[in-house]
Amino acid sequence: MALLEVDDLSVTFARRGQRTVRAVDGVSFSVDTGEVVGLVGESGCGKSVTSMAIMGLLPRHPGTRIGGKAVFDGTDLLGLDDRARRDIRGRDVAMIFQDPLSSLNPVIPIGLQVTEVLARHRGMTGGAARREAAGLLDRVGIPDPNRRLKEYPHQLSGGMRQRALIAMAVACRPRLLIADEPTTALDVTIQAQILELLKELVHDSGTALVMITHDLGVVAGMCDSINVLYAGRVVETARRRPLFREPRHPYTAGLLGSVPRLDSGRGEPLNPIPGSVRDVLSWSEGCAFAPRCSRRVDACLDETPPLVRTYDGRTYRCVDPVPLPGAVPAQAGPADQPGASSPEPNEEKTRD
Amino acid sequence: MTDNEILVEVRDLKVHFPIKRGVLFDRTIGHVKAVDGVDLRIPRGKTYGLVGESGCGKSTLGRALLQLTAPTGGEVVFDGVELTTLPPARLRAMRRRMQMIFQDPMSSLDPRQNVESILTEGLQTHGIGGNRDERRAIIGAALDKVGLPRWALSRYPHEFSGGQRQRIGIARAVVLGPELIVADEPVSALDVSIQAQVVNLLDELQESLGLTYLVIAHDLAVVRHISDIVGVMYLGALVEEAPSDRLYTEPLHPYTRALMSAVPVPDPDVEDRRERILLAGDLPSPANPPAGCRFHTRCPWAQPTRCADERPVLRDIGGSRVACHWAEQIASGELRPGHAGAGATRASDGDAVPEPVSIPAPTAKADSADG
Repeated sequence: MALLEVDDLSVTFARRGQRTVRAVDGVSFSVDTGEVVGLVGESGCGKSVTSMAIMGLLPRHPGTRIGGKAVFDGTDLLGLDDRARRDIRGRDVAMIFQDPLSSLNPVIPIGLQVTEVLARHRGMTGGAARREAAGLLDRVGIPDPNRRLKEYPHQLSGGMRQRALIAMAVACRPRLLIADEPTTALDVTIQAQILELLKELVHDSGTALVMITHDLGVVAGMCDSINVLYAGRVVETARRRPLFREPRHPYTAGLLGSVPRLDSGRGEPLNPIPGSVRDVLSWSEGCAFAPRCSRRVDACLDETPPLVRTYDGRTYRCVDPVPLPGAVPAQAGPADQPGASSPEPNEEKTRD
Repeated sequence: MTDNEILVEVRDLKVHFPIKRGVLFDRTIGHVKAVDGVDLRIPRGKTYGLVGESGCGKSTLGRALLQLTAPTGGEVVFDGVELTTLPPARLRAMRRRMQMIFQDPMSSLDPRQNVESILTEGLQTHGIGGNRDERRAIIGAALDKVGLPRWALSRYPHEFSGGQRQRIGIARAVVLGPELIVADEPVSALDVSIQAQVVNLLDELQESLGLTYLVIAHDLAVVRHISDIVGVMYLGALVEEAPSDRLYTEPLHPYTRALMSAVPVPDPDVEDRRERILLAGDLPSPANPPAGCRFHTRCPWAQPTRCADERPVLRDIGGSRVACHWAEQIASGELRPGHAGAGATRASDGDAVPEPVSIPAPTAKADSADG
């Protein structure tokens, strides 16, 4: 049993006079202790809503429906009442947000915001809490922590604020950390510092980390396994190396082909995915990616493509996946030959 | 290179913003030196990429080049004409030849103007096209160039997706038939799959219209992809300038190396292998930049002599221009990054002696990494 099992999570937003939006549509993934799992996708793919639903942070509104399960260490987080959820949140499960300025309270000093967590979950007050807070700031690499504790968020630089936020998140040594675009607002040199810090935390404390990002480069350096989301569904799940070496879903392949790389030359044309994320089909009508897909066949529009599970633990949701490169028969199994669009012998299909 | 081939030349450009304090009488108590002495030349038909982190002055430089922000000092010569001393009427006429593309297409397009009105405004200002039909024809051609349908004319910006909005912004620049386009973060607000569309469009337009670009971006991979020459800025000054390929295979300035090693590459093999140069601390305030080399407070290679008290000038080293006293010694591996002073931390798994160059060189090593 993994530490966090998200099973068939769905979130719909209904508003009067507007089309009901299915932001998350049957997302399943799991995270083990000490593992870094990535949720990757473009804006509107449901990656942030997934994390907000798990954390119980979606605004209460009669039109917001959350379905499925998110089982953390035997407890379904979605079924908890507020009190029980508050006990878990910040202690066992913590979150880091994208924009550190808007996630910190601007009128409360940093120190008080860090000690608040310690008081709520670890019962620490006064000098002990202050010492612990200073230790935490020191741990995340904030120089002169005792002075910084008295400062307000606006007095800190962007990278420093993100460090403070990480300090608050790890204050109770959570077993699961969810980081939603933790470095998107930061410069690359600061991003490298923060990613290194997160890696250290995972390595030292065995914290499980869910990394939500749109940046494939960040994922390539950090995650053990990766879920690629499109229009509210996971379209491909794989370990890090196979995903980048042999993407099977055309969307994953398209994303990799459209990113300019630092180690590729000037003028090599990029292969963009045509259209935009607005050109989606509802999953109930077929494959949501079909309108933009270069490998589209008639079968794509018949029904929701089933989830295909390969023998090596990869899954993808595509009726005509990108063939494996034929040049590497040693790595691919004998039955896993390129060009096979029909179900392969050791792939099982699961309908959901 | 003859003068005819250089479209834009910037000489010792300075933009200082006063810091004022006081209620009744503003007193100037200091200056933010956003751009502090930049020289650069952009050849006709080429792309000059300007990279740097937020606050390094790259956007201010772009704006000062177009005279959208008045420079404090220095010269900007566009096709042989000095712009900083040009009378306003003549400068306005010159503006047709140099256009700008902005980062956020939503806030740079007036939500109450439809696309036709957005594109016509510039034509009217510069008196291009005798009547409405002629203008329509010009606008139609511009829409074709950027890949937007004709029915877009009657629509408003909010009806388009981010990528299409950026195309409108590009059409607005292209419709006047400019020679130079300054693109300030043209793709950073877009999704990755859309970024590639816009990058390719910029490349195509350059080829078909013979445009010269100054592309300002923080994303090194994008800049590398579209630029012929790349300039790296740090705290208001260029620290290194080199042909794109050379800069990426042989970065000479310590800051360029750190920047390059920090960019994540979507390839696990490269990510696992490479050694990261982590810079300590944050960018110093441009209101009070460090004396000597501006990078010495964070430089892993900083030396006790010269770095702290002598400001390095750009000098030629084998085709690159580098502002570092010790560039040769660092390149040869004679100087090693130290932990004294600023202190650099390195990826924890790299227990071996660090190599002098931080990204894989284009040798057999890189080939195997790509495979």
